[in-house]
Amino acid sequence: METVWFWLLAWMFGTYVVLDGFDFGVGILHLFVARNEAERKQVIRSIGPVWDGNEVWLIAAGGTMFFAFPKLLAVSFSGFYLALMMVLWLLMFRALGIELRHQLADPIWRQFWDVAFAAASLILTVCLGAALGNLVRGVPLNADGTFFEPLWTDFRVGQQTGILDWYTLLVAVTAVLALAHHGALWLNARTDEAVEARAWGLAGWLWPLVVLLSIVVTGATVVVQPHVKESLAARPWGIVFVGLAIAGLVGAYVLRKRGRPLQAFLSSAAYLYGMVALAAIGIYPYVLPGRNPAFGLTIHDAAAWQTGLVVAMYWWIPGMLLACGYFIYLYSTMPAKFSVHDTVEH
Amino acid sequence: MEALTLHRFHFAFTITYHYIFPQLTMGLALLIFILKTMALRGDPLANQAVRFWVKIFGVSFVMGVITGIPMEFQFGTNWARFSEASGGVIGQTLAMEGVFAFFLESAFIYLLLYGEHRLGQRGHWVASLLLFVGTWLSGFFIVCTNAWMQHPVGYEITTDGVIRLASLSALFTNPWAIPQYLHVMVGTTITASFVMASIGAFYLLRDEHVATARRFLSVAVVVGFIASVLAPMPTGDMQAKLVYKHQPVTFAAMEGHFHTEDGAGLVLIGQPNMSEMRLDNPIVLPHLLSFLTHQRWDARIVGLTDFDRDLWPDNVALLYYSYHVMAGLGTFFIVIMTLSAFFLWRGKLHQERWLLWILMLTLPFPFIANTAGWMTAELGRQPWLIYGLMRTADGHSTNVSVGNALFTLIGFMGMYVMLSALYFFLTTRIIAHGPEAEPNGH
Repeated sequence: METVWFWLLAWMFGTYVVLDGFDFGVGILHLFVARNEAERKQVIRSIGPVWDGNEVWLIAAGGTMFFAFPKLLAVSFSGFYLALMMVLWLLMFRALGIELRHQLADPIWRQFWDVAFAAASLILTVCLGAALGNLVRGVPLNADGTFFEPLWTDFRVGQQTGILDWYTLLVAVTAVLALAHHGALWLNARTDEAVEARAWGLAGWLWPLVVLLSIVVTGATVVVQPHVKESLAARPWGIVFVGLAIAGLVGAYVLRKRGRPLQAFLSSAAYLYGMVALAAIGIYPYVLPGRNPAFGLTIHDAAAWQTGLVVAMYWWIPGMLLACGYFIYLYSTMPAKFSVHDTVEH
Repeated sequence: MEALTLHRFHFAFTITYHYIFPQLTMGLALLIFILKTMALRGDPLANQAVRFWVKIFGVSFVMGVITGIPMEFQFGTNWARFSEASGGVIGQTLAMEGVFAFFLESAFIYLLLYGEHRLGQRGHWVASLLLFVGTWLSGFFIVCTNAWMQHPVGYEITTDGVIRLASLSALFTNPWAIPQYLHVMVGTTITASFVMASIGAFYLLRDEHVATARRFLSVAVVVGFIASVLAPMPTGDMQAKLVYKHQPVTFAAMEGHFHTEDGAGLVLIGQPNMSEMRLDNPIVLPHLLSFLTHQRWDARIVGLTDFDRDLWPDNVALLYYSYHVMAGLGTFFIVIMTLSAFFLWRGKLHQERWLLWILMLTLPFPFIANTAGWMTAELGRQPWLIYGLMRTADGHSTNVSVGNALFTLIGFMGMYVMLSALYFFLTTRIIAHGPEAEPNGH
C-alpha cells in the first residue's frame, strides 16, 4: 500500500511541476518577454485564471504526504526549516505580484509588482530545484532519524551537507532553465504578436541549454547518489520514462519549429513528467535518502498505519477525479489566445 | 526565549492573523450567494451589491490563501513530533481540505470575480454557489481536525506512541465536531454581516450610493440578526456543555469558577486573582451557571482548585478573558442586531443615524469576538496538544533551534505588517470607489 501512495505522491508532485511550472517559467521570463504595459498585462492574464489552481497541487500533495507518510513530513519540513520558511514568504510575494498589479493603474505600483513576481518566480524555482536536488542526493540524517540542514556549509557533497552545494545548485539551474523553457512554450501557445514571437525565440535559445544541463545533471546524479543507478537497474521499466523525457525534449523542439505550439508545450510537459518520474524511481524505496545510507528513511519507515492508507483511497480517488474535472473545465473555457489588444485589466 | 514558548507563539501569531481573512470570506461567500440569488430573481440592486462585494471578497481571499499556506507547512516545520505522531489521523482531514475544498475554490474564484459577463447570470450564480460550498467545506475539514485535537476519537495507540487511524468516519461524527462547526460558521456569518452593514451604514451616513447601501443593510441585518441569536443558543450552549463534560477543568477556568459550589453563579465581570484564587470586583448572576449547565438551580459545579494542578490550562487568566470578551461581545451583537432588525422591519433603519453610526463603528468587534472564541478553544485545550493524549510540551520540533524559530517569527511579523498595509489600502480604495452598475470583467 505504501508503494501505491509513493507513486501517487510522485504523480501529484509531477503534475505540480508541469502546471505551476509553466507559470513559474512565465514569471522568470516576464521582464524579458513583455516590454510594455500592454504586453505585461497580456502575460499576467495568460496565467491569471489558472495559477492559483496550479499551486493547489502543491498543497494537496503536501496534505497527501501528511497522512500517507507523516514521518516524512515531520522530518523533512523541520530539517529544511529555513529554506521552507523563505519559500513561504516568496510564495506570498509571487501571489501578490499576480493578484495586486491590476488593482491600481499606476506605473510605479505595476513596476514594483512586475519585479516582485519575476524575482519571486526565479528564486522559488531555485529553491524548489534545490529541494529536489536534496531529495535525490540525500540529507544528513542522524541515528535518531532527524536532521537540520543549514542553507549552506562548504558546497561539497560530503556528510554534513547544506541545502545548497554544487550538486543541488546544478539541479536548481537546470530547473530554472527547464521551467523558463516550459513557460516560453506556454506563452508561445497562449499569446499573440510580439510576446508570442519573443517567446518562440526564447524557447529556441533555451532548448539547447536544457538538453545540455539535463545530460550533465543525469551524470552528476549517478556520481553523487549511487543508489539511483541500482534502483533504476532493478526497475528496467523505468526506461519508459527515459524515453518519455527524451521524446518530450525532441518533440518540444520539432513541434515548435513546425508551428504547433500547443503540442510543443505538451511535449515539454512530458519531459518534466519523465524527469520527475526518474527522480522518484531513483530514490525508491527511500522517501528521504540519508547521506549515511543506514539512516535513510524508507517508505516503510515513514508510512502511516494501513487502515488509514486503505480508507484514504475511497475519498482520494473520487476527490482527485473531481479536481481533474474542474481543471479540464477551467482550461477548456480559457481563451485559446490572450491578445495584446484586449483592454480589460485581468 | 524558550523553544516551546517560541513555537507556540509562532503558530498562535500566524493562525490568528490568518483567521482575520477566512472568517470574513466564509461569511461573505454566504451573503454573496444570497445576494446573487436575489439578483437572479430580478433585483438589479442586489446584483450591484454582488459586484461590489466580490471585489472585497477577492482581495480578502488572496490574503487568506497566502497566509493559509504557512499554516499547513508549520505542522511539519515547527511541530514535527506532533505531526509524526498524529499525521496518520489529522493528515486525512487536512488533505481532504486540499482535495475537496481548495481545488474547487481555486478553479472558480476567477469566474466569480471576473466571469459575470462570460458566464451569464445563471452561470455566475453557480460560481457563487460553488465558492460558498468550497469555503464552507474548507471550514468543515479544519474544524474536524481541531475537534479531534479537542476530543480525540477513532484512533488507537501503538506501544511506541504513534497514533493510528482506526476509523475515518469517527472524525466526522465526533460529538465535538458538529457543534463546534456550527458555532464557528455562525461566527463567520456574524463577521461578514457586520462588515456589510458597516459599509452600508457608512454610505448612508455620507448620503452616497443610497439605494445599493440600503440593500447591503437589509441583507446584512436579517442574516446578522439570525446569526447573532444562533451564536449563544443553541450553538454556544452546545459547545459549553461539551467543554463541561469532556474538559471540566477548562470549563472551571474559563468561567472563572475557582471553588466548588452548589448553585454556582455566572460571572459577568471580574478579574481573576491567581495568587488568591478568587475574582476581584466580581459581578455574578447567582445560581445561573448551575442552571445553564445542569438545568437545576442548585447543581454542583466543581471549581478549578479541586483539579490536579498539572491539568490546569497554563494561562487561566487569558483563557478567562478570551471567553468573557467573546461572550460579552456576542451579547452586544444581539442587542445591536435586534434594534437594527426592528427598525428595518418598520422601514426606518436608513433614517436612524445614531444606529447607523453604531453599525459603522462595530466593524472591528466581530473580528475580536471570533479571535477570542478561538483563543478560548486553544488556550482551553492546554496543557494538551491532543486532549488527554499528547502534551503541548511534547509536540514541537526539537531539531529547530531557538535562533531559527525567532528569525522566522520576526520575518512573519514583518511580512504581515506589509500585508496589513496593502489590505487596508486596497479595501479602502474599493470602498471609496463604491458599487458600480456594470459587470466586472469581460
